[in-house]
Amino acid sequence: MSRRLPTAGPQGARPHAIPRNGSDLCVLTTRLADDALILGQRLSEWCSNAPFLEEELALANTALDCLGRARFLYARAGMLEGKGRDEDDFAFARGPEAFANLLICELPRGDFAFTLVRQFLFDSFDVLYLRALADSTDDALAGIAAKALKEADYHLRRSQSWMLRFGQGTEESHRRAQLAISALAPYTGEMFEMDVLEARLLTDGIAPDRAALKTPWQIRLSETLSEAHLSWPESCGNISGGRAGRHTRHLEALLDEMQAVTREMPGLSW
Amino acid sequence: MSPALSHEEIFAGRIAADERIEPKDWMPEGYRRNLIRQISQHAHSEVIGMQPEGAWITRAPSLKRKTVLLAKVQDEGGHGLYLYSAAETLGTSREEMIQALQSGRAKYASIFNYPCMSWGDVGAIGWLVDGAAIVNQISLQQTSYGPYARAMVRICKEESFHQRQGYDIMLNLCRGSGEQIAMAQDALDRWWWPSLMMFGPHDAESAHSSRSMAWKIKRQSNDELRQKFVDQTVPQAEFLGLRIPDPKLQWNEERGHYDFGEIDWEEFARVVAGDGPCNAERIDHHVRAHEDGAWVRKAMLAYEERHR
Repeated sequence: MSRRLPTAGPQGARPHAIPRNGSDLCVLTTRLADDALILGQRLSEWCSNAPFLEEELALANTALDCLGRARFLYARAGMLEGKGRDEDDFAFARGPEAFANLLICELPRGDFAFTLVRQFLFDSFDVLYLRALADSTDDALAGIAAKALKEADYHLRRSQSWMLRFGQGTEESHRRAQLAISALAPYTGEMFEMDVLEARLLTDGIAPDRAALKTPWQIRLSETLSEAHLSWPESCGNISGGRAGRHTRHLEALLDEMQAVTREMPGLSW
Repeated sequence: MSPALSHEEIFAGRIAADERIEPKDWMPEGYRRNLIRQISQHAHSEVIGMQPEGAWITRAPSLKRKTVLLAKVQDEGGHGLYLYSAAETLGTSREEMIQALQSGRAKYASIFNYPCMSWGDVGAIGWLVDGAAIVNQISLQQTSYGPYARAMVRICKEESFHQRQGYDIMLNLCRGSGEQIAMAQDALDRWWWPSLMMFGPHDAESAHSSRSMAWKIKRQSNDELRQKFVDQTVPQAEFLGLRIPDPKLQWNEERGHYDFGEIDWEEFARVVAGDGPCNAERIDHHVRAHEDGAWVRKAMLAYEERHR
């Protein structure tokens, strides 16, 4: 029986070897990359549309953090997959059904209240998730999470302070924030949904338990809302499906725009 | 002991000695007004300039290009911010400057009244428009007003990265497919002349030039700066393998500079006067974003009042 030589010896080992459950890990990594890319794309739409210049810069910073995170994650997903796909193959050569982002990330940017309320709902989850992911047994993912956590902490401080300004600002800002909360509430449940794949990764200590983050998230949410004199709807549905590629119509429009140039002239380097 | 010098004499002496004028120093009213005009126009140019490229961030054809372009356009906003602050040291406010922009009293660089139609245009803007801006801004690092000069030092550092990102886009296109090369050539064809117009009218016809030169707000003339830009850009175009759309362009051994054709000054006047392809669109966009954001600014002020 012929023995295959390992592709790299101990000295030449790649910094992050591909674990046993590589294909599950690749799916998770792609999910997280998709969340970051799609949210970053939405945030970047604010460029030249922000309410004042300082906010223009802050929104661009947040978008840049998201894009940076997406790029690290896609690169890692490509390596795990081992088919030679790079970050741009993931971003530009897939249709909506192949994207696995959370639906909350793809909703149109709406007004400034909608964008910042979404950011707060996502950031307050994201910080908890990344904190747990930074302890992942997968070193590559843990490393990306640790870096992203510093950025997410800052995003959360910012979006949380906007919640207070909206809620305690004027009648109009309160009304707009309240509308945004009601519109976004049904999309928050998806952030805490575990499926079979992530459950397997949880067993291996790779993926965090999303469901376990719900209570701490709700505590932070209710504290912030109460300080901002805002309220959570008494009952809201639960809309999900992004992880399975079932998206709102908004993702298709987003991708039509994002992929316009590469679809018109496919297969080229830019 | 010599008789006490007047404010005017002290000011003139400091200008003659190439000293910087600072916000708390006495300055002639005309100097102050001229600076407010120029610095606010510069700030508005940065901010309006975010629109043509900003519209391509969502369509940039790779994640790296998207990231770099977003960072670049963000820098332009940052430049707008330092420049508004520099102008505020002269006794105006950002709100007043924005009103002047939106009502058409204040101008911004006319180049941004041309449409950004393709990914090639994003490259050409970085390469040519930022390239022309750097030539102008390097000269302004020596301007006599301290806050403006210091803003220019900081801005020039970032602009050279902007120009490189534009040139890198062009280089990539020119090393690419036939379609990509055509895209790059088309962008150069459309952006070349407007870029030369960025330096303004000939020295003899420039409304504010002579006073600005005397006060050392401007340090080099429009025509000198334009020549410098042409001289540095022609070899860059040659390296790309692109043709500059000017049949009169040729190296003049005697002068040690490139000769080039005459700008279409009627087009220049038309675009400055407001009849360029995108003047109305740029201002409408600015007004809409500003009006859409009014409730946000109000909310922020109300919140700050409450927590004072």
